[in-house]
Amino acid sequence: MTVPKRIGKIRFGLISPQEFRKMSVVKIITADTYDDDGFPIEMGLMDPRLGVIDPGLRCRSCGGRPGECPGHFGHIDLIAPVIHVGFAKLIRKVLRAICRDCSRLMLKENEKKMYLEQIQELERLGQMTDDTVNKVFSEARKNKTCPYCGAPQKEIKFERPLSYIEDGHKLTASDIRDRFEKIPDDDIQVMGMNPATARPEWIILTVLPVPPVTMRPSITLESGQRSEDDLTHKLVDIIRINQRFQENREAGAPQLIIEDLWELLQYHVTTFLDNTVSGVPPARHRSGRPLKTLSQRLKGKEGRFRGSLSGKRVNFSARTVISPDPNLSIGEVGVPMDIAMELSVPMIANARNMEIVKTFVRRGPDRHPGVNYVTRPDQRRVKVTDKNCEEVAEQIDIGWKIDRQLADGDIVLFNRQPSLHRMSIMSHRVKVMPYKTFRLNPAVCPPYNADFDGDEMNMHVPQTEEARAEAEILMRVQENILSPRFGGPIIGGIHDYVTGSFLLTHGRKPIDRRGVMELLKKFDIAELPAPEGEIDGKPYWTGKQVFSLVLPRGLDLSFKADFCYNCDVCKGADCENDAFVVIEDGQLLKGTIDAKAVGAFKGKITDRIIKEYSPSVASDFLDRMTLLALRGIMHAGFSFGIDDEDIPKAAADQIEETTRTAREKSKQLIEAYNAGELEPLPGRTLDETLEMRIMQTLGKARDTTGKIAGRYLGLDNSGVVMAVSGARGSMLNLTQMAACVGQQSVRGERIMRGYAGRTLPHFRPGDLGAEAHGFVESSYKGGLNPTEFFFHAIGGREGLVDTAIRTSQSGYLQRRLVNALQDLEVRYDGTVKETRGMVVQFQYGEDGVDASRRDYASTDNVKRIIKSVLKKESA
Amino acid sequence: MTKFAIKDHEMVPEHVLLTPEESAVVLKGFGIVAPQLPKIHVSDPAAKEIGAKVGDVIKVIRKSTTAKQSIFYRLVID
Repeated sequence: MTVPKRIGKIRFGLISPQEFRKMSVVKIITADTYDDDGFPIEMGLMDPRLGVIDPGLRCRSCGGRPGECPGHFGHIDLIAPVIHVGFAKLIRKVLRAICRDCSRLMLKENEKKMYLEQIQELERLGQMTDDTVNKVFSEARKNKTCPYCGAPQKEIKFERPLSYIEDGHKLTASDIRDRFEKIPDDDIQVMGMNPATARPEWIILTVLPVPPVTMRPSITLESGQRSEDDLTHKLVDIIRINQRFQENREAGAPQLIIEDLWELLQYHVTTFLDNTVSGVPPARHRSGRPLKTLSQRLKGKEGRFRGSLSGKRVNFSARTVISPDPNLSIGEVGVPMDIAMELSVPMIANARNMEIVKTFVRRGPDRHPGVNYVTRPDQRRVKVTDKNCEEVAEQIDIGWKIDRQLADGDIVLFNRQPSLHRMSIMSHRVKVMPYKTFRLNPAVCPPYNADFDGDEMNMHVPQTEEARAEAEILMRVQENILSPRFGGPIIGGIHDYVTGSFLLTHGRKPIDRRGVMELLKKFDIAELPAPEGEIDGKPYWTGKQVFSLVLPRGLDLSFKADFCYNCDVCKGADCENDAFVVIEDGQLLKGTIDAKAVGAFKGKITDRIIKEYSPSVASDFLDRMTLLALRGIMHAGFSFGIDDEDIPKAAADQIEETTRTAREKSKQLIEAYNAGELEPLPGRTLDETLEMRIMQTLGKARDTTGKIAGRYLGLDNSGVVMAVSGARGSMLNLTQMAACVGQQSVRGERIMRGYAGRTLPHFRPGDLGAEAHGFVESSYKGGLNPTEFFFHAIGGREGLVDTAIRTSQSGYLQRRLVNALQDLEVRYDGTVKETRGMVVQFQYGEDGVDASRRDYASTDNVKRIIKSVLKKESA
Repeated sequence: MTKFAIKDHEMVPEHVLLTPEESAVVLKGFGIVAPQLPKIHVSDPAAKEIGAKVGDVIKVIRKSTTAKQSIFYRLVID
């Protein structure tokens, strides 16, 4: 294998008028397009030599049919030169740098030599020459007289968009062109241009290329009327004005009229190139819509680059709003019937599936799952209708292809933008459903980062066997439970799933037979485990026993739960808080199932199951766990209301007391500061010390109030259940609602902005006290007073601005990274290579480890394996 | 100025000059040709230290936190 060819160099330059003429196949002189019979007029804008778009005709230049002929350029000879808008700024720079008389670059010979050498050196090193070139222009401009001919220079004023005014007179495009023509080749090089490929006078257009008809096709309306492309309209304008200009000039019209026409020609050429130049009113269609001209075709999101080359719309795809359905498996997606009947999967008839194929066709397009189209072996497509379906079904033979409607069990790709990581596109199995939304199990929301506040998602149907195989083997949801980002499960319980598991498994609450039946209603469990005990002669079970039913047999695992209090001495399995989970042989013996066990991003149990069993066992577990957790939360009953933020009077008094002492304390600090008694902390000024001490005091006060409130908010409070189990929210959120919101900050400091010496007119200038700088003593429940509310809004706004900036910055960073890395590939031998086969890494990530396949380098694993082996031997 | 031994510096990974036979084995192992290797300049202090010439292949043994050591190869270029 040899190193493939590389592009050595791309040279950008200007096209010379000679080159325009050379590539032109026809000179366009008439603004008309088609004659009365609908045939293109020769030397008109639709000249047949420019290429063909009408079917059945052949190109007069290359003989190709439509589709084969790429189109050929023509040209218009402009009567007077006009400026190319794209170069307006460059013209200004060059005009100012050259002598108005002799057109030489106004630098001394030795300076020119020096700059030229610099530019050549930079070019040799492949670096940007912009800085040096700009220096040349700015130095040359400083000369008030030409160092060569001694002519005094006049200042050239540039008026947007296209006027150059020298000494009160407007320079015409021909004046500028004349000056540029006289610039010696050597001087052009000093200006950073190559005289062979870019003479400055080529910026001033004398010939205008006419794009081929293939890039400005006219469309025939239903009424039979032809509607021309925007570019054609613009070209018509240019030719008309060009002709009028010529007639007027030949007739010897007054200078004023000539100038007007010239300006009009300039306007049309400018808008032909770019219709969004500031200062130039955009050219409009008869309907008032601005025309889409050359630069609009390329620029921006819908432009040729971003809209047509980097990304395009595709067939066999659907998009709609998503909504949750916990009854679906995590690997399924609910597809609306309307979509299922529109999208199709190809099936090729053969000896074995002939009857199946025929039954599909017989159903027609209106009875799901039917057939929309059939393709005969000669590639003719026949639309299946309700009327012809029987007839078509009879004709079907080996080799016919049918487009079968999407049905249950088909594999599809499901995607939510922004597609930031590979889990943003996963394959799901179709489940056709009524109504108009895509349905998905809420447990797969985390990888897509989806929620149901109106999010939309896309679905794509793979059309070939290879694509389906790839989707099924590599992209299935269950294959993507473990994220390659951190090696843990990204799919798992969220919100109610976590709360439900927690409520079900916390403690040993007895559940009677009826309750257990209710919980297990949706499962195919034939036998109940032995009851935990009896109350009043009736057997009862515990939530832990019920949860064990969804765990796979033989699972051994122990870990600290998410709500573990991190006691000084961990009692392990004897934990008083039921926060140490022990699972032996698939039985949950101790501990509570919370976010750490089954939650998304954490999910120890999910993780263990994937590594010990298989992704499909884990997927089954997640399906069953989510069903059980929802039953669990319904069994317990769960709600959160405004009075869940209430705390007893005693607590409220304590909180009041705490904030009061904190205020006092900061007042004392301020007094000490004013009296000059405050000791500065090492490395801090006195002012900084005071600020830090006050912040510290107030921060501590908030924490204390939180603790006080926390003492009165126990596990009987549903907010606490959510926070503790890791389902949603934190204790901080709760204490802010119930007790005290705390210090508001801007850039990590107390709020200092506002008027001179004070934040608001409610305070005295120089007041350093807590309430004057954004300490919010109230709770959200209790309500904020006006100044507190204002400070809170300041702090909140900062957070908003931060997130807005962070997302845009990290998005761009990601884009750059992806662009740089997209062609790298990990080969089967573990090396990372790019497309030319150049080695980037000899072993992926230095160690060849796939984060999602490793099982943590931990000694626990060894212990666990030994334990399970010993157990098997003793049994 | 006294020249100090670059090799002895903690931050400089070990560079080993491969014989043509050894480098042929390495290239064959990765299924590549020499120009597809990452490059090192002849004037690189570490390359100079071991007397590498243009066209030689240098084996660099780096310390790695996850894999203890990882091996890289460099083609000496001008």
